[in-house]
Amino acid sequence: MSTLVLLTVTGLGLGALYFLVASGLSLVFGLADVLNFAHGLFLSVGAYAAWWATGRSGGTTVSGLAVALAFGAAAGTAAAVAVERIMIRPLYGRPAHQILATVGLSLAGVAAVQAAWGTDARSFRQPASTRNVWHIAGAAVPANRLVLIACAGIVLAALAALLRYSRFGLVVRAGVHDREMVTALGIDVRTSFTLVFALAGAAAGLAGGLGGIYFGAVSPDQGSALLIFAIIVVVVGGLGSITGTAVAAAAIGLFQQYVNYYALGLGDVCVIAVLAAVLLARRERVAGRVLA
Amino acid sequence: MSGPTGQLLCVAGLTARAADRTLIDAVTFDVAAAGTTVLLGRNGAGKTTTMRAILGLAPTAGAVTGAVTLDGEPIHHLPTHARIRRGLGYVPEDRRVFPALTVAENLRLAEQSGIRPRYDLVYDLFPELSARAGQRAGTLSGGQQQMVAIGRALLRDNRLLLIDEPTKGLAPRVVTQVAAALERIATSVPILLVEQNLAVVRRLAGDVIVLTDGHLAYTGTTTQLLQEPGLTRSLLGVATSATATGAPS
Amino acid sequence: MNRVSRVVPAAAILLAVALPYCALTLPGVFDSPFNSAGTLQTLTLCLIFAGLATGYDLLFGRTGMLSFGHALFFATGTYLTTILVTRAGWSLWAAAPVAILSAGALAAAVGAIALRTTGVAFAMVTLAFAQAGAIAISRNPGGVTGGSDGLSLDPARVPAALVGVANTVNLYWLALAYLVLVMAVVGRVLASPGGRVLTAIRDNEPRVRVLGVDTRYHKLAVFVLAAILAAGGGVVYAVAVGGASPRAASTDLTLSLLIMVVLGGTGTRWGPVLGAVVYVYLDQRLTDLASGATTADLPDWVRRIAGQPLLLLGTGFILLVYLAPGGLSRIRHRATRA
Repeated sequence: MSTLVLLTVTGLGLGALYFLVASGLSLVFGLADVLNFAHGLFLSVGAYAAWWATGRSGGTTVSGLAVALAFGAAAGTAAAVAVERIMIRPLYGRPAHQILATVGLSLAGVAAVQAAWGTDARSFRQPASTRNVWHIAGAAVPANRLVLIACAGIVLAALAALLRYSRFGLVVRAGVHDREMVTALGIDVRTSFTLVFALAGAAAGLAGGLGGIYFGAVSPDQGSALLIFAIIVVVVGGLGSITGTAVAAAAIGLFQQYVNYYALGLGDVCVIAVLAAVLLARRERVAGRVLA
Repeated sequence: MSGPTGQLLCVAGLTARAADRTLIDAVTFDVAAAGTTVLLGRNGAGKTTTMRAILGLAPTAGAVTGAVTLDGEPIHHLPTHARIRRGLGYVPEDRRVFPALTVAENLRLAEQSGIRPRYDLVYDLFPELSARAGQRAGTLSGGQQQMVAIGRALLRDNRLLLIDEPTKGLAPRVVTQVAAALERIATSVPILLVEQNLAVVRRLAGDVIVLTDGHLAYTGTTTQLLQEPGLTRSLLGVATSATATGAPS
Repeated sequence: MNRVSRVVPAAAILLAVALPYCALTLPGVFDSPFNSAGTLQTLTLCLIFAGLATGYDLLFGRTGMLSFGHALFFATGTYLTTILVTRAGWSLWAAAPVAILSAGALAAAVGAIALRTTGVAFAMVTLAFAQAGAIAISRNPGGVTGGSDGLSLDPARVPAALVGVANTVNLYWLALAYLVLVMAVVGRVLASPGGRVLTAIRDNEPRVRVLGVDTRYHKLAVFVLAAILAAGGGVVYAVAVGGASPRAASTDLTLSLLIMVVLGGTGTRWGPVLGAVVYVYLDQRLTDLASGATTADLPDWVRRIAGQPLLLLGTGFILLVYLAPGGLSRIRHRATRA
């Protein structure tokens, strides 16, 4: 029983990370038709920003950690807005070029991070309380897993509320389905694009900092590694749907943990099998937006 | 072309290309500031393309040339949302309501800051919508969705409505309902209408513009066109009796 | 134009054949003469990647299929060959065809699933599959793949002519032969009726389908062919560098291929070759610059940037996308048009 609890909590913790990365990706692609290959970069920016901040503040207090995480999210937001305005905007309507530009950015960005901070992982300072162990149903659960789940839950609730109750949310929900019709109602969707990018950057930046907590370290390839799983979550959960993304993220995180434990570490590979199964089952094309 | 001739919308030399084909070629016509103007033509004649080109919703960006002027002001260089904000209401072919949003949310999207939304007008015209305000648009019937689509275009005090095949795919009884609603609307705001159903066209009267293979083939009034069965047969491929009344076909 | 387009390839081949005999040095471009092992090794890699890029362009530039998983098949070629030779004691002549055919079979399986999607979704799915392969390799099941350390090719099982520094020139010939073979195959495919279907698919797939053509069959065939060509490159690569490393399966490799192809010009005969040569050359030179003794007096930040070739290459590529999206081979074309 205690094993199950531990596996579940860890799986949900991983799912929390996936959700934070995938939600932004899903909204950006659903609304703006942009597959931002450099999305992992926002995560890395957030991760290293949070790591730097914990270095400054000593990183030993909970409030210091919260500030560091917020700083990471802010850094991710700044990066996302910059990328959208400088790189993506000039290329709207040319999806092939957008993909290429973001591909180039993802490679150059990781290289830049490695040039600045080296290729080795940097250990992430956390307050001692996160290393505490809570006892739930007889299992020893590390606190940091719960921190992740709590953060993701808050973000999910905030995003859902924003989408449900704000005009911006209304535009996004409509635009994800039929962007052209939104413009035909007199709404300039492009301002919403920047906002969606900013949200995506914030979520990814936060994920970066939380990843530092989860893995105990930040490294240059964390962004790309998480990005792959985020993409799978988006494909499985449906584009532009926050609840779909959340459910898919949780499911994949749990699946991965359980299979890893019971099937000798094959969990990661099996997630791909999930993707394949989903694609085979779905008759209609999945986001079959053809390159221009 | 400008206001002095009394024309609200002037389209001059509108040409749209996609890949290797020319969809519409040098289409030129005016829409008066009152009444209904109907765009007629066979399938594929270019009616929807013309309407979309007027709004800047071209098949491929940058493949449209020609001038579009609204009340003397050129709008063909503006992006779609800017043109709409100048007072155009668009009811697209196939309605295109947002299925995951409720009726009220669909309408709310059409609101524009600084302009009082005419919910009174919309709900008076379509009382059903008021009753179903909280219902998801995807679960509505075709006719109800059409009401939502028209309602969106009416919410602001638009100067001109562009309506594309509003009776398409609807049951005869619903067609009559929609036609009646359009008749009421047409008394207070000019409409540019694409419609295949000649009975509806006859009911709304006004001017006609007929397209054939992307070219302008005929301009005149509805009565003039429908009185000559030979003309309607050659232009539209339909035979009409000169003395037929407004029964839906 | 016809004469020029025949002279250029003939001249290129002549040049490529002549280089290993040439004791010239191009200062700045290469540190040592053309017929030295160091320069030949760089050129060998250029040739291998030129072949890989040409195969990738068949998918991307000619058929419009953006695959982010190409490295998977390249890695199958390198790893399977190395594993069969080193772990199972096979000879290279036996291992190579098995590796290549396995890659083809894998591509058929992956393609059957991935081709249920198109466009961006297809790209994402191929990425996922490649990542699965990369993870499987790094997990080192049964100690077979060597994990993050990679695996060396057992020299005892490789023909003696391909082993040793003195035989670097033979590796050069092998790589050149590979490139010529790839270009010949791709050329034949494009000239065939099936090849014209591919171009039609790239330009307007729905229209092709409306005409009753089974586009999925063509796309699957191209996908498998490109995989086989990539695996062939993998075999040559394994021999050339003496083994297999996880880098061969990384997403970075596929993305590099994409950059090479776009850099040189997609959908052209020489574009991918040009792009690959430039890219691999710059990659090697920048790495040498960062670690070279002769440049010890460079400031630290220059060294760091050079040590990450992708920083400059990636940035340059981004600029290319904005300024010259047709690639290098079309710059002259753009200049005359503009």
